[in-house]
Amino acid sequence: MARYLLKKLGSIVVSLFIIITITFILMKIAPGGPFTSERKTSPAIEKQMMEAYGLNDPIHKQYIDYLIKAAKFDFGPSFKYDGQEVTDIIKRSLPYSLILGAEAILIALAFGVLLGVIAAIRHNKFADYTAMVIAVLGISVPSFIMATILQYIFAIKLQALPIARFESFAHTILPAIALATTPLAFIARLMRSSMLEVMSADYIKTAKSKGLSERVVTYRHALRNAMLPVVSYLGPLVVSVLTGSFVIEKIFGIPGLGNEFVVSVTNRDYTVIMGTTVFFSVLLLVSILVVDLIYGLIDPRIKVTSKEAGK
Amino acid sequence: MKKILEVNDLSISFDTYNAEVKAVRGVTFHLNEKETLAIVGESGSGKSVTAQSIMQLIPMPPGKFVGGSIIFNGEDLTQKSEKQMENIRGKEISMIFQDPMTSLNPTMTIGKQIAESLIKHQNMSKKAAHQRGVELLKLVGIPNPDVRINQYPHQYSGGMRQRAMIAIALACNPKILIADEPTTALDVTIQAQILDLMRDLQQKTGTAIIMITHDLGVVANIAHRVAVMYGGKVVETGTVDEIFYNPRHPYTWGLLGSMPKLDQNKDEELQAIPGSPPDLANPPKGCPFVARCPYAMKVCKDHMPEYTKLSDTQKTACWLLDERAPKVDIPETAVVGGTKVHDSF
Repeated sequence: MARYLLKKLGSIVVSLFIIITITFILMKIAPGGPFTSERKTSPAIEKQMMEAYGLNDPIHKQYIDYLIKAAKFDFGPSFKYDGQEVTDIIKRSLPYSLILGAEAILIALAFGVLLGVIAAIRHNKFADYTAMVIAVLGISVPSFIMATILQYIFAIKLQALPIARFESFAHTILPAIALATTPLAFIARLMRSSMLEVMSADYIKTAKSKGLSERVVTYRHALRNAMLPVVSYLGPLVVSVLTGSFVIEKIFGIPGLGNEFVVSVTNRDYTVIMGTTVFFSVLLLVSILVVDLIYGLIDPRIKVTSKEAGK
Repeated sequence: MKKILEVNDLSISFDTYNAEVKAVRGVTFHLNEKETLAIVGESGSGKSVTAQSIMQLIPMPPGKFVGGSIIFNGEDLTQKSEKQMENIRGKEISMIFQDPMTSLNPTMTIGKQIAESLIKHQNMSKKAAHQRGVELLKLVGIPNPDVRINQYPHQYSGGMRQRAMIAIALACNPKILIADEPTTALDVTIQAQILDLMRDLQQKTGTAIIMITHDLGVVANIAHRVAVMYGGKVVETGTVDEIFYNPRHPYTWGLLGSMPKLDQNKDEELQAIPGSPPDLANPPKGCPFVARCPYAMKVCKDHMPEYTKLSDTQKTACWLLDERAPKVDIPETAVVGGTKVHDSF
């Protein structure tokens, strides 16, 4: 098990290295720079600033410098916001995104699984069709439209929830729902098809032939096996919630990390781009590792293969 | 001998997009106490549907109960509610399935899967059920049962999984065990072991067995009586000796003829029954075998033959047995070699 983990951590480091390299290259290829703006700065000042931030060094030196700093989790100061370290920006904005993301994932999982199971049990009946109409709507309606509709109904018409900003739990409800819609619909569809497949499996027939009631068969035997595809979707889900969050954060005026990420790209704020990219990547890679481990907990067959792989 | 189960004129259909498939069309047979009845027939003859309808495990819809009765303990199982059936399944009647690789839950330990029915039907505590599970695994011949009981199905070999399935099925000492092709997915040496095990257990527990199979070797090995099914009907029934030594239905002849024989020359072609089984969405009016029967007569096409009673135990539905029909001898290919079948295994 320890070796398995070590191996996985090793592959995370390699993936990170590749991600950093590609991001660095793309960033340098993109035209413009952090000090390009409408108002011309005098060449002397610009030269001085380039010098101060090490942008005049040859490209390979910049790259190696950057790699070394990234390894120490020191991403340097922001080019745009004077006197702010990248780590400060992440520290400041991460909690918002984290709370929002966690809420969205919980909502998506809980309701997605529920909807999928109901649809599968009531296969080809009214509840199934209803659930699948909801799912198709959820997948096809973009989150920013969902967000504005939610704002219109619950904040403006009903005055039930705050329309924007991030001050209390009530403020998080609408953005979390908007963020959860697409993954929720996806999970519902995934759960439905996997549940239908499992319900026709031989071991379900075995369970029924033992005289177990429909409810026990569904929850004890079918659900756990049907959850497997959903668990493996959790990795990509974390990504889509994280990267999807910047639109929602913009609409609801939440100063989260996704927002910071997008702003940094338009600003060509090199250090912030790199810092947030690396941070997102770490988050993604770790969440994939966690999903792998959860998978092993649910499916005993995986546990053995991982043990063998670790030998 | 006392009858423990009687199936009378059972008909089951399935609604498909195109048509209603009449999978079982008036099947009648019975099962005596402590005996093994083999139901033989090729794929699509309705054997498995018959077996599953005894347990009321046919999903409805698309399945549809058309008519007939299944009498167990003097009560008609077709009239029971789902709740009442839950108290019969696993307790009075158990079932084991064809593929032991897929018929055990992969995410649950063998012990838990055995314990479930004990807890449900015999109100055992978890601990007692675990204890009984170890005993059952020992009974079906699994080594180190106290270690094995905590393992998952993927840690078992195919033969051991089928043993575990048998342990699950026998957990509550059922009166009837329905085995739906229990050896088909296993290799030959394991097949023989499983059949031996089932025969031993039957002697120990006195459970009556319905063995669904298409393998006449299995039939000869384990069965007391045989029902031959074709096209959703039972075309011939009799004791195992009657079916092997005095078969009267051309389909039974075909089945026996297509068994490879020990004294057969190696370049001699294996016999097969030409043609394919009837389309049960649109079943023939007369005998289902008419299209493939080398002895088919005009009458066979339009009229289903009645059963002709050949002995107390043997009944055959074939027009050849009518007194007006020409006399046909059992073809040579269907004659089973000199020694008694039981001894040759």
